[in-house]
Amino acid sequence: MGIQIDLEKCTGCGACLPACPLDALELAEDKPRVKDNCNLCGACRDACEYDAIIIEEAPEKIAPDTGFRGVWVFAEQRQGQLKGVAYELVSKGRELADSLGTELGVVCFGHQVQGVEQLVAYGADKVYLVDDPALAHYQDDLYAHQLARLIEEHRPEILLAGATSLGRSFIPRVAAMLETGLTADCTGLDIDGDTRLLLQTRPTFGGNIMATITCRARRPQMATVRPHVFKKGIPKDGRQGQIIRIDFDRSAVTSRTKLLGFIEDLTEKVRLEEADIIVSGGRGLGKPENFQLLQELADVLGAALGSSRPPVDEGWIPYSHQVGQTGKTVCPKLYIACGISGAVQHLAGMQTSEVIVAINHDPHAPIFEIATYGIVGDLFEIVPMLIARLKEARG
Amino acid sequence: MNIVVCIKQVPGTTEVKIDPQTNTLVREGVEGIVNPFDTYALEEGVRLKERFGGVVTVVSMGPPQAEAALREAISVGADQAILLSDRAFAGSDTLATAYVLSRAIARIGDYDLVICGKQTLDGDTGQVGPELAQRLGIPFVAYVSKVEAIQDGQMRVQRLIEEGHELMEAPLPCVMSVVKEINVPRLPSLRGMMRAKGAQIPVWTARDLDIEADRVGVAGSPTRVIRVFFPQRTRKSQMLEGTAESQVEQLVERLRETKLI
Repeated sequence: MGIQIDLEKCTGCGACLPACPLDALELAEDKPRVKDNCNLCGACRDACEYDAIIIEEAPEKIAPDTGFRGVWVFAEQRQGQLKGVAYELVSKGRELADSLGTELGVVCFGHQVQGVEQLVAYGADKVYLVDDPALAHYQDDLYAHQLARLIEEHRPEILLAGATSLGRSFIPRVAAMLETGLTADCTGLDIDGDTRLLLQTRPTFGGNIMATITCRARRPQMATVRPHVFKKGIPKDGRQGQIIRIDFDRSAVTSRTKLLGFIEDLTEKVRLEEADIIVSGGRGLGKPENFQLLQELADVLGAALGSSRPPVDEGWIPYSHQVGQTGKTVCPKLYIACGISGAVQHLAGMQTSEVIVAINHDPHAPIFEIATYGIVGDLFEIVPMLIARLKEARG
Repeated sequence: MNIVVCIKQVPGTTEVKIDPQTNTLVREGVEGIVNPFDTYALEEGVRLKERFGGVVTVVSMGPPQAEAALREAISVGADQAILLSDRAFAGSDTLATAYVLSRAIARIGDYDLVICGKQTLDGDTGQVGPELAQRLGIPFVAYVSKVEAIQDGQMRVQRLIEEGHELMEAPLPCVMSVVKEINVPRLPSLRGMMRAKGAQIPVWTARDLDIEADRVGVAGSPTRVIRVFFPQRTRKSQMLEGTAESQVEQLVERLRETKLI
């Protein structure tokens, strides 16, 4: 197992070096040498015209088919309301279950959660509902324990969850409990018809590289998915499905952490992660008061307010609004960047948005390279005009 | 208050750029940096030590050159550093990495708190922290933005979630991951740099950590990268021309066509 370079076949052409996304190859005496950070992805093998790179796959430890069947979605709720990402994943999960010819199960933890039967209309065959006051608010220990137990009992082959703060906290713990693989923040999910494997595609290196990942020998195959990546389907009234109520066994686990309180972020009227439209400002705003202009535009559009890093560092707006590599990653339908030059760190957090509008006075700003529509001009002239125009259109 | 901070050496971010002509990666001098998110973890570890006393130990799993990242950690206040390095670790995914870190932390032994950054810059998964907590059998608190108090073996923190901040209490020992909001990392002091230069950094290998060979590296990693490719940039850019009024008019028109507004 490992990577080998056939020095007889290798001509030392060096084509493999730039192909490596991890920079794990170096030239030593005119031949490539593999460094320790190689993860055997095979990009160099594909780039080699002389078949000089051989990668031996690790032998399978367990046969892939060990009786795990079905696709599961963890449907997240907050304060009794299912989150948008739950419906998106149910719609995607339905698709995957159909390609596999299997069932879609949806797991929901909470107390008096509204609209659970809607999950059936969106595609669930079975909804496993664990309703208990102890689960009303997210508790890391309780959620992880309960989900692991249900998986052990019902053995689904795939489990999907939202890559929200909740999903990213406890799903990895479940993966570790079950000793299985987990892929974070997938933007593409497909089934390989021959092997039934889940092909999990995700951006890495700040979105500059895409990687497709599989989990061959262990089950379930687990993945988290960011909100808005997949589309919410159309509910079918009258679709048949079962809602299975499961008692929460309080004696089996206690929560070691305690939720003492909650401080709502009042500056954030619309949540960035859930927003269809985001209006975002950068250094070009010049001073904190000018965010009010963007807030006004956001209000007209029903949008969330975002920011690049400089205004946050300057203290003009709280960190919770920061979009980018050290802030939040978003993929709304529409992203309006005002006075943002477009440093790669910012682009990493928003370049998967469906439509990007950039307003900047500098025609050479990198933001224009990824913008769908670019306006070179003074944002203090353009934005008020846009607000007026949108208000007028609304009548 | 003994604190373990886990860090990773990652390629400097701006070095990962695509050359649009050749569609390959452009890297001017590949220099490893401390994962930016880990600098907040490190700073918080040093601040807590300054408040409550104790020792800050920094660990990193990586190739031999990751030692540079550990020296940097000592220059900003860590007391000691350990490099976890072995060819057997190469190709480890998050589950296998969490296993190696858990073995190292178990060997360090007397610890009250483990701090991680919220994710790395290259892998971006954020999974090692919670998987590590599970391996160690201790609680996990994600996205901590403020440590309010530590007393009587309990830690009270604020953590950042989508809707605001949650106030949480967790018993020690536990693992926490921190966000940028928590602090502003200090720059290395001259004395710190001198200490970093002279510091002995032990290297712990698979044998030192009693590692089971089939739980690390490629063999111990359930996930496998099967394909790597550059994202298709299908978006066509269009600059809107004309007067400000006309540009705004065109924009509204386009957004309306696509039913976005």
